[in-house]
Amino acid sequence: MRFQNLAELVALADKESKPIYEIMIEEHVRETGETREVVMQKMTESFHVMMESVKRGLTEDIKSFSGLTGGDAKRVYEYAQKGKTLLGKQATEAVAMALSTSEVNAAMGLVVATPTAGSCGILPGVLSSLKGSLGLTDDQLVLGMFTAAAVGYVVANNASISGAGGGCQAEVGSATAMAAAAAVELAGGSPEQAIQAAGLALKNVLGLVCDPVAGLVEIPCIIRNGFGSVLALAGADMALAKVRSVIPPDEVILAMYNIGKSMPVELRETALGGLAATPTGQKLEKQIFGDVNEA
Amino acid sequence: MSSFRHSFDIIGPIMIGPSSSHTAGAARLGRVARHLFGQQPERVEITLYGSFAKTYRGHGTDVALVAGLLDFDTRDSRIPKSLQIAQQVGMHVTFKPGKNSDYHPNTVRLQLTSGEQSYYILGCSIGGGAIEIQEINGFKVKVTGSYPTLVIPHSDRSGVVAAVTTILSKHQLNISTMEVARQGRGANALMVIGTDEVPPMEAITEIESLEAVQKVARISPS
Repeated sequence: MRFQNLAELVALADKESKPIYEIMIEEHVRETGETREVVMQKMTESFHVMMESVKRGLTEDIKSFSGLTGGDAKRVYEYAQKGKTLLGKQATEAVAMALSTSEVNAAMGLVVATPTAGSCGILPGVLSSLKGSLGLTDDQLVLGMFTAAAVGYVVANNASISGAGGGCQAEVGSATAMAAAAAVELAGGSPEQAIQAAGLALKNVLGLVCDPVAGLVEIPCIIRNGFGSVLALAGADMALAKVRSVIPPDEVILAMYNIGKSMPVELRETALGGLAATPTGQKLEKQIFGDVNEA
Repeated sequence: MSSFRHSFDIIGPIMIGPSSSHTAGAARLGRVARHLFGQQPERVEITLYGSFAKTYRGHGTDVALVAGLLDFDTRDSRIPKSLQIAQQVGMHVTFKPGKNSDYHPNTVRLQLTSGEQSYYILGCSIGGGAIEIQEINGFKVKVTGSYPTLVIPHSDRSGVVAAVTTILSKHQLNISTMEVARQGRGANALMVIGTDEVPPMEAITEIESLEAVQKVARISPS
């Protein structure tokens, strides 16, 4: 890739007067030697898998591996259809669709990791919502996935996208930043606005720990995906309104990396701290696994 | 070199949940081990470290590793049933937790055995389904599995490396990364070669026919 950070990405986009997604497609073709047609086909396939997982969680009765989660996506979606939501219908639907994908994931269903399975609800939640609010076609939404990929590429190579490595900020945080940038470009914003949205959104999840109850990608992961979709939309709206992150987005990513490194191991996907260590968290763990995981 | 190379290292894999590092990454690690071993093993001893050791059941790491060892890819709908399938096909698997604070938090050691033949890999799942293999049978390596990769155990003799790269160049394969390690002068050695293009079967056969080469294992990007 000809860019290794967001500043270089924007400089490249500006120099060539192209959106981020176009730069990412071209760089991908250059890096892998795959034809543009193949690349677009693969991303479209991922898009359809994503949309299928959104649909499944809204139409089927989903129960997770542990039996603790499932059904919230439907609840929120039905609530949104009544029309009297505080966030507005589109944002509430984004929450429902993000929850939906994450519930399907927890039930060992088929999803696309964006960038991880633990954070797989945010991008589909945001894209589905934009389809409704901006009237976008599937092909346009697929382009937005390359914007998200470009931001994720920078985060993954300069920081982390692993909860075990950097806490939830590395998963839900990265996904939120990716979706925020995608939303900006799909709404017609500039590359600079897109990375500002990523920086703004990521700032708001810095320090978020990975503390899954019983080690399952369920509590609090699913709910955090719901919130992440709204945070991404809010970040995109702020950036489209020309709000800038005073700390440059690349430095926010660096901060995320450093915070992750100084996070104790109890708060990095080991199910030893945070919500996992609460009395209820502990009780649920025993209920699900007995004492066999104590080894 | 960046660990994450392109769009589908970020958007993807398409996978059976619930965790890209603990499920999809684990399935890939299992599958790489299977491909390096070259056949379905009779016995597999799995040692889990760090977060893998703590949460392997909840995230389906156990199920996913075994699915990979059965040669299933990350989206295979049989993944949730892999433990039963392993039993049916006669692959005996054991799990135990290990301790090593120097390892990446999601690390696993897979020891595959069939009869006299035994082989191990040590690898980790670095996030989003991406993996790195750090050791193969005592050789320190760094294999990411995002390039087509050839793993070639051979005898340490002059001219072997040149012979292999000549064959690759004849088939117009560009080498992106290359590592050579040996246990001692004239002893067992290992070549790990990443290529931009997928090597055709003829190239593999030619390399395998070299006298000093024991075998050629392939890892395909998934």
